[in-house]
Amino acid sequence: MEFLTDVGNIFLKYYPQLLQGVGNTLLISLIGTVAGLVIGLLTGIIRTAPTSKNKFISVLHKIVNGIIAVYVEVFRGTPMMVQAMVIYWGYAFATGGSTLPLIPSGILIVSINTGAYMAEIVRGGIISIDKGQFEGAMSIGMTHSQTMFRVVLPQVIRNILPSVSNEFVINIKDTSVLNVIGVTELYYFAGIIKRMNFQIFQTYLVVCVLYFVMTFSITLLLRFLEKKLDGKENYTIFGSQTNPAAEIRFDKGDK
Amino acid sequence: MENVIELVHLQKQFGDHKVLEDINFSVRKGETVSIIGSSGSGKSTMLRCINLLETPTGGEILFHGENVETSPMGVSQYRAKVGMVFQSFNLFNNMTVIENCMVGQTQVLKRDKATAKEIAMQYLEKVGMTPYINAKPRQLSGGQKQRVAIARALAMDPEVILFDEPTSALDPEMVGEVLTVMKQLSESGMTMLVVTHEMAFAKNVSDRVIFMSDGIILEEGTPQDIFDNPKNQRTKEFVGRDGSF
Ligand SMILES: Nc1ncnc2c1ncn2[C@@H]1O[C@H](COP(=O)(O)OP(=O)(O)OP(=O)(O)O)[C@@H](O)[C@H]1O
Ligand SMILES: [Mg+2]
Repeated sequence: MEFLTDVGNIFLKYYPQLLQGVGNTLLISLIGTVAGLVIGLLTGIIRTAPTSKNKFISVLHKIVNGIIAVYVEVFRGTPMMVQAMVIYWGYAFATGGSTLPLIPSGILIVSINTGAYMAEIVRGGIISIDKGQFEGAMSIGMTHSQTMFRVVLPQVIRNILPSVSNEFVINIKDTSVLNVIGVTELYYFAGIIKRMNFQIFQTYLVVCVLYFVMTFSITLLLRFLEKKLDGKENYTIFGSQTNPAAEIRFDKGDK
Repeated sequence: MENVIELVHLQKQFGDHKVLEDINFSVRKGETVSIIGSSGSGKSTMLRCINLLETPTGGEILFHGENVETSPMGVSQYRAKVGMVFQSFNLFNNMTVIENCMVGQTQVLKRDKATAKEIAMQYLEKVGMTPYINAKPRQLSGGQKQRVAIARALAMDPEVILFDEPTSALDPEMVGEVLTVMKQLSESGMTMLVVTHEMAFAKNVSDRVIFMSDGIILEEGTPQDIFDNPKNQRTKEFVGRDGSF
């Protein structure tokens, strides 16, 4: 009984800190995931672009592809906690002591890190689109970029949505490592609360529940979004009598 | 009649593999030309070269007498004038039937949406697909998909349409509906180049038949020439085999 009261008290007493922690965690992981997706889409578009006939552009393309490959490998091959330290303190070192504001730093680190994973997810998504989709578009004269933006990417985004939602959930959990540079996300506040009430287990249990509520709601929300994007399983027959909106009308005044 | 498309010493090789040796022929305005030949003889490759889905490794493709690879018109505008219907339909999966028939018009021909929609509706009606304009490709049967693909090509107002085995991926009961549309199209004066295994179509609908074998045109003539009176031994065997049922 006493245990439950302790847990309840943590909520009651520290809800401003907990709420701020939840807010910052969601903010950093949401923006980080979206920005990571944008990085993924950009790098995916660049990496799958056809080689240009222009010598200069084609060489530039190769160089950029190389840079992207290095970026992907480095950021997937090192822990985000270490990346956070290197970027945050690297900036301080380079500028002779000035530091970046914390929340934007956190967003930057999560974005760059997620971008490396998204780059691979998007590239896989583009490659897995049937060649026939490209050829169908080319056969009516659409350019490569028209094909990408009108035909391929909409399908890629739909197909990779489960992976994006997975990245989002991972980010909610992994923002906890940003406490190493002092970003005020949920885990950071857990440390502060623990030091005030000395109830280590109870405090981290509360934080644990909060993380799970966040990740589970996001999972459900994105699943709903996926369903929504797929649209209706059936279509209205154009001119159908049962659906007034679909009815073909022969107005006398029509041209 | 004027030549719409002319192939002059067209060659195509993939690495060391010569797929098209030396192709010479022309398609005149309003003609329907069928291309027959055994599997691997290079029929698809030739068609794909014509609308530049494959880059020829030798020779020229002329469109109204002009080399299409160097023409100031540009590849995009050229392709808009040369429609293509694929064996695997290649409709855009993320778009409805009507959107499939509009996107090329708005993006490539820069038509406004209302005009594009009107034109799309007109051709969808021709192929009998008006009831399905709001359906996605995955909700259609193969025959319906192919009819939409034909409408999509037509909506670009092409001067010639290339068909690559348009009925080969269809269940037997759907072959007829697609061939009927193609026959009507041919009768309406559309210039068509059709790779087909449907010998009845080649025989009854086309003005000219081309028999390909191992990357060359072995024989060319009217359907009567090719089917009733083939000169080449290989042609004889091929039409004999397929015509025997
Ligand atoms: N992209 C490619 N790379 C290498 N070889 C290819 C490629 N495309 C086609 N070929 C080869 O070219 C030859 C001709 O192929 P093509 O598809 O043009 O034949 P086809 O006459 O259309 O046959 P089918 O009746 O089976 O469709 C085949 O030997 C094929 O393996
Ligand atoms: Mg073929």
